[in-house]
Amino acid sequence: MNAPVKIETTLKDWETDQEVRWCPGCGDYAILKAVQRTLPQLGADPSNTCFISGIGCSSRFPYYMETYGFHTIHGRAPAVATGVKLANPDLDIWLVTGDGDGLSIGGNHLMHVLRRNVNMQIMLFNNEIYGLTKGQASPTSREGTKSPSTPLGSYDHPARPAAFALGSGARFVGRGFDVSKNLPDVLKAAHAHQGAAFIEIFQNCIVYNKDVFDDFAAPKGAEDRQLWLENGKPMLFAKDTKGLTLNREKLCLEVVDVAAGEDGSPDWEAADVIVHDVTNRTVAHMLVEMPFGPFPMALGVLYDDPRPTFESAVVEERARASAGKDANLAKLLGKGQTWTVSGTAQDPV
Amino acid sequence: MATQAKAPLTENPEAVVVRFAGDSGDGMQLTGGQFTLSTALAGNDLATFPDFPAEIRAPQGTLFGVSAFQINFGSREINTAGDAPDVLVAMNPAALKTNIAALKPGGLVIADTGAFTKRNLDKAHYSANPLEDDSLAKYDVLAFDISEKTIEAVKPFGLGNKDALRSKNMWTLGLALWMFDRPREPIHDWLKAKFKSKPDIADANIAALDAGHAYGETAELAGPMKQYTIEPVESDPGLYRTITGAEAVSLGLVAGAQLAELPMFFGGYPITPASAILHHLARLKEFGVTTFQAEDEIAAICAAIGASYAGSLGVTSSSGPGIALKGEAMGLAIMTELPLVIVNSQRGGPSTGLPTKTEQSDLYQAVYGRNGDAPMPVVSCSSPGDAFEAAIEACRIAVEYMTPVMLLTDGYIANAAEPWKVPDPANYTPFPAKFLEQKNGTDSAGGETLLPYKRDEKGARPWIKPGTPDLMHRIGGIEKAVDTGHIDYAPDNHQAMTDARRDKVLGVAVPDQEVCLGDTSGKLAVVGWGSTFGPIHQAVRRARAKGVDVSHIHVRYIWPLPGNLGDLLKSFDHVLVPEMNTGQFKTVLRDQFLVDAQPLTKTSGQPFQIAELEEAIGKFFDGIEGNEGGEVPVNDQQLPSPEADG
Ligand SMILES: Cc1ncc(C[n+]2csc(CCOP(=O)(O)OP(=O)(O)O)c2C)c(N)n1
Ligand code: SF4
Ligand SMILES: [Mg+2]
Repeated sequence: MNAPVKIETTLKDWETDQEVRWCPGCGDYAILKAVQRTLPQLGADPSNTCFISGIGCSSRFPYYMETYGFHTIHGRAPAVATGVKLANPDLDIWLVTGDGDGLSIGGNHLMHVLRRNVNMQIMLFNNEIYGLTKGQASPTSREGTKSPSTPLGSYDHPARPAAFALGSGARFVGRGFDVSKNLPDVLKAAHAHQGAAFIEIFQNCIVYNKDVFDDFAAPKGAEDRQLWLENGKPMLFAKDTKGLTLNREKLCLEVVDVAAGEDGSPDWEAADVIVHDVTNRTVAHMLVEMPFGPFPMALGVLYDDPRPTFESAVVEERARASAGKDANLAKLLGKGQTWTVSGTAQDPV
Repeated sequence: MATQAKAPLTENPEAVVVRFAGDSGDGMQLTGGQFTLSTALAGNDLATFPDFPAEIRAPQGTLFGVSAFQINFGSREINTAGDAPDVLVAMNPAALKTNIAALKPGGLVIADTGAFTKRNLDKAHYSANPLEDDSLAKYDVLAFDISEKTIEAVKPFGLGNKDALRSKNMWTLGLALWMFDRPREPIHDWLKAKFKSKPDIADANIAALDAGHAYGETAELAGPMKQYTIEPVESDPGLYRTITGAEAVSLGLVAGAQLAELPMFFGGYPITPASAILHHLARLKEFGVTTFQAEDEIAAICAAIGASYAGSLGVTSSSGPGIALKGEAMGLAIMTELPLVIVNSQRGGPSTGLPTKTEQSDLYQAVYGRNGDAPMPVVSCSSPGDAFEAAIEACRIAVEYMTPVMLLTDGYIANAAEPWKVPDPANYTPFPAKFLEQKNGTDSAGGETLLPYKRDEKGARPWIKPGTPDLMHRIGGIEKAVDTGHIDYAPDNHQAMTDARRDKVLGVAVPDQEVCLGDTSGKLAVVGWGSTFGPIHQAVRRARAKGVDVSHIHVRYIWPLPGNLGDLLKSFDHVLVPEMNTGQFKTVLRDQFLVDAQPLTKTSGQPFQIAELEEAIGKFFDGIEGNEGGEVPVNDQQLPSPEADG
């Protein structure tokens, strides 16, 4: 892959002339703005950027980005994006999917794009509902969700997108929510990661699943319920009065109180709070499985440990397999055991 | 060589049909394949029909575990694997049981008595040994202990009995080579190359092959063992090789991509009989081919669409069930107007159906099988060699018209081999793909603007690679506005775009239909498509030799149909359409041309036999052998296959 040339752009350069068709107040607007704000900071080139999506409210995203865009079919965006990336590994690909698109109909493709580690940013807009089809329960809906298809409340157990991604072999797992001010930082880290970077973005569908994330996303009391992870920093929240520690006997995480030290800063070492190491896969598994309620919601970069990408392996293999070989079609056609029939008109025409 | 010994025994048949049948573990496909090669090298024309069980390792000795390979070869043009074998090689009782009914009366059975044990006889449901009673009285039988003779031949190599018996097929092949005076050297070379790292095994197999050959040569054998000489066929001068349909499709795709000056991206998911194409292409990376084994058929086509979007020639391939899964994505390729080749190696259906047998029953699916008005060109292959040309045509249409194209082949073509005159790539006209580099329209203010759906004279939209500076735009499956490609649900726009997609596909330039045998008008046209070419051609040839006014028309372009086809069909009194389905092409012809096309259908999983078709042709004529009195075949007539279904 060529090193991308940094381009000067502003937010405006990333907006299209298309009328945005999400419901007023939909969390998708905030995500769109966050992405449009992030791309100039990355020095990204609109001509070299490609947004690929499936079907759903969230998957309308590419129409609003002044880049190359492909609005594909329900659930299949990871497969289309894999083909695009293999055909042109230099393109910067952003995948947009929903909880239904990515985990229901497209769960299989999402799993494989992650395990293959195709270099792209995958944003899963999790609103815990099927927005576009008017509000049916989705694979991430909480048990008991009342919807047109589950009037008495849903009874199937929800999937956890981040756990699914990690379990599928993802080498980058990030989390944020539509209006969080830190979302651009998560996007930037995902972009810097070489390989499939999975970002779960909690998104408020104000029409069909209004404010389901308020328990941790509402500004009031957010400090107590959000744990923003930073590499190399202790896992602290609630204005540094609480932290996460590892119960070494039970091999599980626990919330501990953190007292202020003599200088007034939190004495997290005394409380044995763990330091976030984005390359620690074991702890990442614990973080994605951490139930909200007894624990805060883990946000930011949960895991980031790159390894070689799929497209680089494909490119290398093709080079290796072609080395020293003569790609001569005429010779290929006449390969194997052949015989010659002689006659008068021997000259090839 | 054997030529000195044959004098008193020599016979001179025009063509011979040999069927090798044995347990799946006996290596019959390999035997058949190598016999084919040396037959091709001996200069005969030939056609083959491998017929193997769906089970990978069927229990040994069982009826459903029988694997057979039939070859028809001769000193004249051969188009089919032959109706009934002249020679049946039966490596065990089950092979005899499932294949004997097909053998010509008076035909020769070669059987390995060593495999006719009580246990194997029981497994084949024989209450008595057929080699020992008179149940085979109407055939010549040559039964001897091939197993024992093989063990003897390979003794010097110190193999255990079980390993030694693995060379039984080579012993048998050696005998067959002697019987038909074929050269052994190519097989020696092949064995040496195959077992390069195990020279002992190569030597043991060569010893078995030579022993089988010597057995024939020194033949104290009296009776039915004879050597036959089949003169080489007169063919066009040039370089030849044998080719299977799966190889030819792969090579045609590589050639097509080169003619389009594009890298090829191939997305596939394993399925019989389509996998062979994935396997071939996976070894051709130096030709700019990327193969991708996807997680399913949907991902395979979607990745191919993605690759086409990014500027490669996207190709995907599957068989019936997998093609069904690809349906929605085909619609996406139609809507986004991207080039794509979809190869369908048809097999027996519906559902899982008959994975290893052949059928032509996906024609409706190819032409009509998508949601919405979703027109797509369809091209078919009529033989292994023809698959090369058809694949190039599919690539050409896809690239020139910015459209997905379906290429129909089938299980028979995929596996069958025939001699192929190696074409010179320089004889094909290139169709280089063009990519848009600059804005192609003017907006109301007179400024430059991009119109991703502006059509050229062929109705094709421009191909715009992501990564091209300043041509950012969005495409997708939602209806597009004329020219701009913006989302547009307006009634007039959908009408206009539906018409544009239809007109583009109907406007695809396909050559006029030619009559491949016979006159351009007359009493009866037998109209075929796909792999029925061989039997139809031979049946029409034979009927014409009897003085019957019948012509053979074989259609490659299923959609759109050649422009002159309607008039051509109307210049015949009758039109007969033999198909290995329940009459799908017949329906298309009736619909498109209002001609009274009569079906002749067969869905036994086996190809048509020449005799079946001769009989059907005869019914249109009085006073000619095989004629039942001028009766027209009834709808959906199902002629039974005389062959037991192995
Ligand atoms: C093959 C297919 N099945 C069903 C649909 C209908 N459909 C469109 S979007 C959608 C669900 C979208 O939910 P989600 O992915 O969560 O996206 P959201 O609208 O919530 O952003 C469904 C079922 C479709 N377009 N295609
Ligand atoms: S339905 Fe929900 S997700 Fe869809 S646009 Fe409206 S608010 Fe947003
Ligand atoms: Mg949703």
